[in-house]
Amino acid sequence: MFKSCEELQAKIDQYTKELESKFNGRDGKRYIMLCGGTGCIAANSLGIKEKFEECIRREGLEDQCEIRVVGCFGMCSQGPFVRIFPEDTLYCLVSEDDIEEIVERDIKGNAVVTRLLYEDPVTHERVAKMQDICFYRKQRRIALHGCGIIDPDRIEEALGCGGYRGLIKALSMSQQDVIKLILDSGLRGRGGGGFPTGRKWQFAYDQESDAKYVVCNGDEGDPGAFMDRSVLEDNPLAVVEGMAIAGYAIGAKEGYFYIRAEYPRAVARVRAIIRQAESLGLLGDNILGTGFSFRAHVRLGAGAFVCGEETALLNSIMGQRGMPRPRPPFPAVKGLWDKPTIVNNVETLATVPYILREGLEAFTQYGTEKSKGTKVFALGGKVRNVGLVEIPMGVTLRELIYEIGGGIQNDRKFKAIQTGGPSGGCLTAEFLDEAIDFDNMVAHGSMMGSGGAIVMDEDNCMVDVARFYMNFIRDESCGKCTPCRIGTKRMLEILDRITEGRGTMQDFDDLEDISSACKTNSLCALGQTAANPVLSTIAHFKQEYLAHIKDKKCPAKVCRNLFSYTIIAEKCKKCGLCFRNCPVECISGEPGKTPFVIDMDKCIKCGTCMSSCRFDAIVKE
Amino acid sequence: MAQLSKTAVEKIEGICDRHAAEPTPLIVILSDIQKEYGYIPLEVQEVVSRKTGISVAEIYGVVTFYSFFTLEPSGKYVIGCCLGTACYVKGSQKIIDQFSEILGIKPGETTQDGLFTLDALRCIGACAAAPAVSINGKIYARVKPSEVPNILAEYWKMGENAKEGTAHV
Ligand SMILES: Cc1cc2nc3c(=O)[nH]c(=O)nc-3n(C[C@H](O)[C@H](O)[C@H](O)COP(=O)(O)O)c2cc1C
Repeated sequence: MFKSCEELQAKIDQYTKELESKFNGRDGKRYIMLCGGTGCIAANSLGIKEKFEECIRREGLEDQCEIRVVGCFGMCSQGPFVRIFPEDTLYCLVSEDDIEEIVERDIKGNAVVTRLLYEDPVTHERVAKMQDICFYRKQRRIALHGCGIIDPDRIEEALGCGGYRGLIKALSMSQQDVIKLILDSGLRGRGGGGFPTGRKWQFAYDQESDAKYVVCNGDEGDPGAFMDRSVLEDNPLAVVEGMAIAGYAIGAKEGYFYIRAEYPRAVARVRAIIRQAESLGLLGDNILGTGFSFRAHVRLGAGAFVCGEETALLNSIMGQRGMPRPRPPFPAVKGLWDKPTIVNNVETLATVPYILREGLEAFTQYGTEKSKGTKVFALGGKVRNVGLVEIPMGVTLRELIYEIGGGIQNDRKFKAIQTGGPSGGCLTAEFLDEAIDFDNMVAHGSMMGSGGAIVMDEDNCMVDVARFYMNFIRDESCGKCTPCRIGTKRMLEILDRITEGRGTMQDFDDLEDISSACKTNSLCALGQTAANPVLSTIAHFKQEYLAHIKDKKCPAKVCRNLFSYTIIAEKCKKCGLCFRNCPVECISGEPGKTPFVIDMDKCIKCGTCMSSCRFDAIVKE
Repeated sequence: MAQLSKTAVEKIEGICDRHAAEPTPLIVILSDIQKEYGYIPLEVQEVVSRKTGISVAEIYGVVTFYSFFTLEPSGKYVIGCCLGTACYVKGSQKIIDQFSEILGIKPGETTQDGLFTLDALRCIGACAAAPAVSINGKIYARVKPSEVPNILAEYWKMGENAKEGTAHV
């Protein structure tokens, strides 16, 4: 139990030294880090760890090595990783079979296993250090500070990596000064809305009330985004600390984490860190003898996207159906149990300790005039380097996609990048040199969103993508208000018609009518923004819609009713591979005798035949 | 309607007691029950209602609002096809269609033998593994439609073995 800030500070200094000595080798050991992110675990990180331990034991190197699974390294498409200190060598796409060689050549021989280093997609050079890899070069880690560095289950490591220095600093300041600092930093909400965090805190501070609450929004509903999960899993103490700072600033004694139930590991990590923090006196009554008391609780989401909306979220914490209610009153005035409540996103809260710890300039040196700092994106889709990236705002889309993302997979042509998930929009090649920040993205008809960034290439059909998002929103509409409940259903029906080849020109007008009704009349932003993906794809890809409606063709050959597979008789070698691979047995013919034929009535357009044919005898048209 | 056993009732009441100190405990209670039993039928809701004083109507409203709570048990193997955007743009719709076609059930349904439930998931955060499928927590990466029958065969076999195992007991 730490009784004072000085006592904690002394311990933090010790932990910091200990952690540093792992990385600079002063502890006399090689430090081997493995990525414990979901992607790498799925790709056998743990099997690799076992194999490593076995080799180390067999070679009698236990005293000279320490192996740890830490949080996500971010560059998911290159995992599983092995990172070795003090040299700081990063091995990519490692398999169990590579471990013997790593132990032999690197751990024992102090040489680098070149073939396992990252290969730059442009120069084809092998790169040994993380910070020299194109994916990491432009990144700056503020919200992700400590992620992929510390062992998230050990609070000592979080404390040794800057943890709680922000709160110590805050506790030495007045509440109003903390709020002023956050205001001056220009920090805006990372949950998508971009509302100035300091202003929100000021509203809540100004309320007279016997109880106030801080809520951390960890519902992360955007399908295709996992930034918040990564922070919660990989450095949960940073979010706890951010929440405690917010609590101190507005005068709250209690905080709630609202985390989606689909993230069991994040839930477990947050719970574990709260317990450890309580036992050390870093949460609870009279924290560090300062008179400030703060407790944190965990509540689970239960699978409803709309619960990411703040008033719905509060209803859900209060045990009700997660439906939004009209604002005002805003939660800062009337929130949980009618008490003043601030709702902040995970990434927002994780950024707060940095600002206190490192100071204003350390934060404002990054970003653009009105969007300070950094933003985490989950970069996915058709880029080479898929993963989590944290970039200073102001970085251009081109830098994000072509430098960090390493360009489009299989050298296909870039078509669009969708940000903001189901509420957002897409931007095309002509916008590639635009800077990423809150206002600039909106100015060009998209939005920053909470961090999903999906890259699409020429093989993606934009009408189909629009239909995908509308289907999502229709499913997730809570049903409370009519424009959203019925509007999203009608818009989906229209998009279904178009993608099935039954669309008419009237559908354009109807989409426009319904979307404007949804926008102006829905209760919450879910309905208000529901049509954004449709409107933005119509704006940039009208020709593609027209091809579906007028020519009954899907140019990207995605919409099933609008293309077919054909076996070219002259090219067919009658090998029968397609016939054997077809999952619905719709291909007929006799191996070695006649060319094969596809029965289009039964074909489900899965494309297995085309990818199995070795003679390019099957075409999609 | 099936009668709940006395121990089942006691267990549910125990879960309610555990959260009695919470100001608004309903969802926490239901989460625990869902975790313990795999579903929350009406009989169970009635027990919760009696114990907490919250009306069955309200409880039913909450259970049916959240997709995580179910009124019916799921299959032995829950196949979750990720339909997050990153998986979708890489063809995950074809994968779920394939499962659906072979099993003869729609997403959200369970096969009659109780072996499989097919679910459409929203982003499991394994975007580098797109299209990804998760079966009882095990993740299959970069799944192709042609691999689906083999994946299913693996579980059919496990299901068969398990059945034989119990037959001998
Ligand atoms: C339909 C809908 C879903 C939302 N989902 C999330 C979410 O998953 N995570 C999040 O932080 N904010 C989400 N928001 C925004 C929240 O309402 C709220 O603005 C945010 O949590 C405030 O925190 P911030 O200011 O730190 O961004 C959502 C809003 C809407 C309308």
